Amino acid sequence: MEEVRLMKGNEAIAHAAVRYGVDGYFGYPITPQSEVLETLEALMPWETTGMVVLQAESEVAAINMVYGGAATGKAVMTSSSSPGISLMAEGLSYIAAGELPALVVNVMRGGPGLGTIHPSQADYFQATKGGGHGDYHFIVLAPSTVQEMADFVGLGFDLAFKYRTPAMILADGIVGQMMEKVVLPKPRPRRSDKEIARQCPWAVTGKPDSRKQNILTTLELDSYKMEENNLRYQETYSIIKRDEVRCEECYTDDAEYLMVAFGSMARICLKAIEDARGNGIKVGLVRPITLWPFPTENIERLSRRVKGILVVELNAGQMIEDVRMAAMGRIPVAHFGRLGGIVPNPQEVLDAFKERILK
Amino acid sequence: MDNSNDIKQTQNIVCTKPRLMNDNHMHYCPGCSHGVVHRLIAEIIEEMGAENITIGIAPVGCAVFAYNYIDIDWIEAAHGRAPAVATAAKRLNPDRLVFTYQGDGDLAAIGTAETIHAANRGENIAIIFINNGIYGMTGGQMAPTTLEGMTTSTTPYGRRVDLNGYPLKITELLAQLPGTCYVTRQSVHTPAAVRKAKAAIRKAFENSMASRGTSVVEIVSTCSSGWKMTPVKANRWMVDNMFEAYPPGDLKNETR
Repeated sequence: MEEVRLMKGNEAIAHAAVRYGVDGYFGYPITPQSEVLETLEALMPWETTGMVVLQAESEVAAINMVYGGAATGKAVMTSSSSPGISLMAEGLSYIAAGELPALVVNVMRGGPGLGTIHPSQADYFQATKGGGHGDYHFIVLAPSTVQEMADFVGLGFDLAFKYRTPAMILADGIVGQMMEKVVLPKPRPRRSDKEIARQCPWAVTGKPDSRKQNILTTLELDSYKMEENNLRYQETYSIIKRDEVRCEECYTDDAEYLMVAFGSMARICLKAIEDARGNGIKVGLVRPITLWPFPTENIERLSRRVKGILVVELNAGQMIEDVRMAAMGRIPVAHFGRLGGIVPNPQEVLDAFKERILK
Repeated sequence: MDNSNDIKQTQNIVCTKPRLMNDNHMHYCPGCSHGVVHRLIAEIIEEMGAENITIGIAPVGCAVFAYNYIDIDWIEAAHGRAPAVATAAKRLNPDRLVFTYQGDGDLAAIGTAETIHAANRGENIAIIFINNGIYGMTGGQMAPTTLEGMTTSTTPYGRRVDLNGYPLKITELLAQLPGTCYVTRQSVHTPAAVRKAKAAIRKAFENSMASRGTSVVEIVSTCSSGWKMTPVKANRWMVDNMFEAYPPGDLKNETR
């Protein structure tokens, strides 16, 4: 029988990382995600799996450690919260440009600036539209449960290695901090150097006689070659957009209205939707699991038969832009959000729905 | 009559290009120290038989293209972050020889935090530090190591300490840290200096493999283009001016 554990989302990330066979974690403390580093230090995985865990001097150093480790073909990750992710933006751009697999966890807090340590979803733009400089994307997974926090570590790495692109788990402070039941993934060994050489022939490991030198660089002064590089990145992104959209729909079969929400807000919306249905109002939920690639087709399809959409986010209106693009002006799309770390209850969401969509 | 083919015989060879230096045309200016230091690194890795375990970390600056000349595996780091990149590369691959190659702007300005903390953790890496007191690649701006009074494109009337602060002696600073095992300052302006510099870099590489901690080899260098001098004059100017602030010699030599 599977062992059910009770733990925080942040702790689940740490446990899942060791069990997945991650080679290295490099991080810097910041609320509300410090439990990831703390749990890893307490687990001492260097004694069991051989995983390296290091508290870096800054988020800047941490992301560049991820860059260096990933360049050698290892499975490496970091975690942080909003201001820390801003500090990592340059490194994230380098990792994307270097076509390196890596996992980055952002347990979002309220901003801008130093902001608040309380939950937020205000880094949606930063995560899905780039964040650093240049034309790039990474795969963004949005967990809504502690179970998904654990599961998305493996999923994130699998996708990152499949497409040679960084993946991000974009959680809000609620999912990071709340305790829930979780079944941890089965432990598996770290890859051997031989397996890495086979899986990652591009890895910078020292040049044997059998191959030419491997160079991991993001610099290309020949504009024609740089354009080719960019076209190659875009080709990868178009395959990811075609094949890797993940989305959960609830009560959409007979829905006359929709709510669209991700992470913890999707759970609050679901309660509001059940209350609405108790009063005979047929509302459905679309919960994007991948924020990039965005489930545009799901919303496009549903927007042809529902009467209105409420987008519920812990921000001033970010994902709503992608929802509006999918709905193409066919129906009203309104936003409800709380800012500054405040989390609405289901009644507030329902009231907003009645006021802005049902009226 | 051309008898050069008679001379080109194996028994007549007294010096060759190291096997690990490839045939790409170097972009370095005449008189620049980078070419000499590149050659030394190639020679040492070849002599150690270590090319299959060596990971070089290139900086942002003139040496950003080091990977074009030395035929080993390289990671090109973001500006200043080479010691962080090297930290992970070495910790995740402890049997590899990992070194960074960085200029003064990269190591002592934008990358100061990464440099100090990697050394303070005693990462088993070698840091090769090219100090020519100027930003070469971007066109000769002030570096943290620019001498007082020295003219650069951003200190056109000379570096003033009241405006720009003092030349940063980061190598002296690194020698204070318990994490460093070997900290030395060398140059490559004479054959004798080149031989000493080579011995220093080799020692640093051996320290990395023996897990003795962080080794730092500063090479006081010329930038004839940035300094706007002929190569010969740049060498003389370096001895007369740079050595006063940055005197060659070992600052620390410990086996832990």
